[in-house]
Amino acid sequence: MATPIDLHEVAERELEDQARYPWRIKACGSTACQSAGAGASISTLESEVVAVGLSDSVRVMSTGCMGLCSRGPLVRVLRRGGEETMYQSVDRDVAVDIVGAVAGRGEVADANRIDRHIPFFTRQHRVVLANAGIIDPDRLASAVAHGAYSALEKAITTMTPDQVVEAIKASGLRGRGGAGYPVGAKWSLLAGASSDQKYVIANGDEGDPGAYMDRTVMEDDPHRVIEGLAIAAYATGATRGYIYVRAEYPKAVERLDRAIRAARRSRLLGRKVLGSDFDFEVQVRIGAGAFVCGEETALIASIEGRRGNPRLRPPYPTESGLFGMPSMINNVETLANIPAIVSKGANWFSSIGTDRSTGTKVFALAGDLTNTGLIEVPMGISLREIVEDMGGGVPDGKVFKAAQTGGPSGGCIPTQFMDTSVDYESLRELGSIMGSGGLIVMDEDTSMPEVARFFMEFCMDESCGKCVPCRAGTVQLHGLLDRICSGEGRPGDLGLLEELCTVVRETSLCGLGQSAPNPVVSTLHYFRDEYESLLQEAAHA
Amino acid sequence: MTEKTRLATVWLGGCSGCHMSFLDMDEFLFDLADRVDVVYSPLADIKEFPDGVDLTLVEGAVANDDNLELARLLRARSTTVVSFGDCAVTGNVTAMRNPLGDPQAILRRVYVDKVDRDGAIPDDRPVVPALLPRVLPLHQVIDVDVYLPGCPPPAARIRDAVVGILDGTLPRERGEGIRFG
Amino acid sequence: MPEVRRSIAITIDDTEIDAYEGESILQAARRFGIKIPSMCYLEGLSVWGACRICVVEVAGQHQPRPACATLVVEDMEVRTNTARLQSHRRTILELLFAEGNHVCAVCVSNGNCELQDRAVEAGMDHVRFDYRNPLRPVDATHPKYVFDPNRCIVCTRCVRVCDEIEGAHVWDVASRGHQAHLVTELGQPWGRSSSCTWCGKCVASCPTGALFYQGSAVGESVHAPDLVARLVAARRDHEWFPPVESPTSPNEQNGDDR
Repeated sequence: MATPIDLHEVAERELEDQARYPWRIKACGSTACQSAGAGASISTLESEVVAVGLSDSVRVMSTGCMGLCSRGPLVRVLRRGGEETMYQSVDRDVAVDIVGAVAGRGEVADANRIDRHIPFFTRQHRVVLANAGIIDPDRLASAVAHGAYSALEKAITTMTPDQVVEAIKASGLRGRGGAGYPVGAKWSLLAGASSDQKYVIANGDEGDPGAYMDRTVMEDDPHRVIEGLAIAAYATGATRGYIYVRAEYPKAVERLDRAIRAARRSRLLGRKVLGSDFDFEVQVRIGAGAFVCGEETALIASIEGRRGNPRLRPPYPTESGLFGMPSMINNVETLANIPAIVSKGANWFSSIGTDRSTGTKVFALAGDLTNTGLIEVPMGISLREIVEDMGGGVPDGKVFKAAQTGGPSGGCIPTQFMDTSVDYESLRELGSIMGSGGLIVMDEDTSMPEVARFFMEFCMDESCGKCVPCRAGTVQLHGLLDRICSGEGRPGDLGLLEELCTVVRETSLCGLGQSAPNPVVSTLHYFRDEYESLLQEAAHA
Repeated sequence: MTEKTRLATVWLGGCSGCHMSFLDMDEFLFDLADRVDVVYSPLADIKEFPDGVDLTLVEGAVANDDNLELARLLRARSTTVVSFGDCAVTGNVTAMRNPLGDPQAILRRVYVDKVDRDGAIPDDRPVVPALLPRVLPLHQVIDVDVYLPGCPPPAARIRDAVVGILDGTLPRERGEGIRFG
Repeated sequence: MPEVRRSIAITIDDTEIDAYEGESILQAARRFGIKIPSMCYLEGLSVWGACRICVVEVAGQHQPRPACATLVVEDMEVRTNTARLQSHRRTILELLFAEGNHVCAVCVSNGNCELQDRAVEAGMDHVRFDYRNPLRPVDATHPKYVFDPNRCIVCTRCVRVCDEIEGAHVWDVASRGHQAHLVTELGQPWGRSSSCTWCGKCVASCPTGALFYQGSAVGESVHAPDLVARLVAARRDHEWFPPVESPTSPNEQNGDDR
C-alpha cells in the first residue's frame, strides 16, 4: 500500500518547480472559454513558446475559469515578481502576439487587454473559486500547492468529528443549493444517526438555465469538492460518498474521476485516509439529464438506479436515505466552502457576509449586462453593486428593468429594489430566492409575461410527472401564459392563472412543483400592468 | 300573472339527444308552456335567433363556423345561457376528433380515402360550414351562466334545473345533478 | 396474534379519535368513518402520495398535507373539508379531466368510475382549463384485457399492485412530466408480454376506465379495488374470509371507497 502523501513536501516541490520559470502563461480551459476557441489559442501559445525558443523560461498551463466569460478566451501572463497582465478574446493571432510580447518583440493590442482593476474583479471575494483560474485542475500537485487537502489533514489529525460539526455550525454556512438550510444542523443530524453505513452525497446536478457555478467548481477545482465531501464524511461518520453530476457536464465528470484516482493513489481517499483510522470511498454518479434529480429524494432514487421521482419527506434522508441508510446531500458549492472554514476557522468565515447569511455566493451573471460571467461576492452586497459596478450595467444605453434570481424557482427583482442586500432573507422578502446562483439581468425591452412563460415551459418539461398539480398544472399554467403572451388571453385568465398558481404551489409533492409558480407570482406582483395590457389588447382585437 | 319567460333552445355540434331528453319531460312540458314562450328552437320553425331572450339552453359543442357564429349571437341576445349536456359542457363525443389534429386530414380520410369512388370533401360554403381546428366546449367561446352536464341530462335533471332557474333558486350543491356521462 | 399498537389522540374535523401510532391520517379517518376523498391511494399497496386529492389541513402547517402519506402525531388537529381544500380538490380534478381524454358518455366505466365520483363530490360541473386532447393509442393486444391510456390518470395503482401483490412488475411509468405514461413490458405491447400472468389485479385496481376486460361496453366495467386489501389481509392472516368475489357489483363498489 502506498504511503500517505506528504502534503507539505508535494506543495513545496510544486512551488519550486513553478518558480523555475520566469514567465507563466495561464490560459482558461474552462467550458465557456473552450466554446469560444480556447483549445486553438492554448495550442498556439504552446507552439509559439517553442518556436521563439522560450521553453525554458515560459510555462504555459491550462487552468479553470477566470470569470469574465463573455470576453473569452481569457489568458493571464504572470512574471516572476508579481507583475500580471490579463488578455481577452485571445484567438490564434492574439496568442502569437502574447508570446511575442513576453519575448520582448512587439505588443498586444490594447483592445485585447483587460484592466484587472475594474470592479468585476476587485469586488470579488473568492473562497469557493479561490483556485479557479489559478491551478491546473488535472494535477493534484498543483492543487496541493494551493492548499488542497490541508483542511482534511487538519480535521483528521487535530479535530474530533464533533469539533468539525461545531465549526461548521459556528460558521453559519447555509446550503448553497438554494434553500439555505443551515449546513451544520444537517451535519449534526447525520452525525447523530446511528447506523453501520452512512452516506454523504455531493449534489452537482446543477440545472437552472444559465447557471454554471457548480460546473465551474467541479471542473476547475475538483479536489476542493472531494476534500469538502471527505471532511463531511469524517464529521458525520460516513464512509462512502457520491458525487452526483449531470450528464451534460462531461468535463466535470472526467476531472472529478481523475482527481478521485489521484487522491486515492496518494491515500487522501480510500482505506486509512492519510494514515488515520478514517476510511472514505468516493464515486461519481452521472445523472441522465433530469432537472428534478437535483431534488434530494429524486437524486437518491437516481443513484439507486431507479426512476428519478421525488418522494414525500419525512422520512428525511438523514433518517432514511440512500439504500435506506442515513444520508446527507450537500450542494457542490456548499462543500467547496468547507475546506476554507476548517482551515481558517468559523470566525473568519462568519466575518464575511451578513449576520444570517455568512460567507460568499457564486453567481452566474447573464442577460442584458456588459460583463457576463462568473463572480463570487460576499453575501450582503447590493444588487446594484453586482449589476451596475461589476456587471458594468445594461449595455446599448438601455434601462435596467429587473433581475431574476433563483432560476425557475425564483422571482424577479425590479429596479426599485436595486439596493437590496443579497442575502437569503432579503431576497425571500421580495418574493424571490437566493437559488443556486443564476442571476439574469433584463433590460427595458423584456416582456415579463414572456419571462414567466419561459420558466414555466422549463418547469413543465422538467416535471417528473408523479404528482398531478405539477404534471398537469404546469402544462395549464404554461398554456395560460402562452395565450396571454400571444395576445389571445381571455377575460378571466388572470384570475385563473393566480388560482392555479396557488394550487400548484400548495399541493405539489416536491420543491420543483411548489416553486414552479414563483416566476409567475413574482412578475404578476411587480409587473401586473404588462399582463393587463396584453389582455386588453386581446379584448380589443 | 307576470309576463312569460322567453325561452330558446339551440342545437350546435351534438346529436340532438339532449333535445330528445328535453321532450322526455313529457307532461311537465304543459306546465312549462304556462311559464315560457319558446322563441327559438330546432323544435320550432324559427329562422332567426331573436333579441331579448331570457333563457337559452345550448346543446352541443362548438365544432364549426356556424356554431361559433350562433354561439356569439345567442350570447349577445340572451340573459341566461345554459350549457346543456356533455357536448356543450366538455366537448364530449363531438370533440373526440381533437386528438387526431387537422380536420382536413380527417375529412380527407372519411370522404376521399375511405370511399370506393369519386370521393370529395364537401365544401359548398356556406351551406356546409367549415370545421374549426378544434372542437370546443361552449364556455371556451362565450360566457356560460349554468352548467347542466349529462349525456343526455336525464329529463328530471333538466326539469330541476329549468325550474330552479325560473324560480331563481338553482341550488349550488347539485350532487348527482352534475355527473358527466 | 395482532400486536398491540400505541394509541395516538388526534382530532379530525372536531371529532376526537384514537389513531394508531404509525398510521396515516387517511387510515385513521377511514377507520372512524370520516370520508377523505382519494385517488392514487389503495389500501394494501404502498403509499404513492401523488394525486393530491386527499390533501388535508394540519393545524400549525401552512401547506396542506396528503392524508395518505402523513403519519398521525399526538394532538394533531386535522381539517378535511375546508373551503380551501374543496377548491384545491376541484382544481386538481379539473386538471385531470383536461389532461387526458375522459369521455364519460362512451366509457366502459361510466357510472363506476372513481374519477367521475370524485368530480361529482367536488361539485365540478365544468372544466375551466383547455382540454389538451392528447393522441394516445389504445393497446388492445392482450387477449383478455384492454389498456386505454386516454382514461389513465397515472395513479400507478396498476404498477404497484402488479409489482407488490402479484410480483410480476409488468407495468411501469415511462417518460416524464406531461409525457409520463404507463407502459407494459418496458414498452412492448401488452399482448406480447411474457411476464403478465393474466391475474387481472391491475384491472381490478384501476380507478377509471383505463383498464378493462375485452368486450366491455359502455358502463359495463366494474372494478374491485378492495380486492387488494382483502388479498393482503388474507395472506397476512392466512384466512380467506370473506370470500373474494370478482367482479364486485356496482353497489358494493359504491361502499367504502367513496
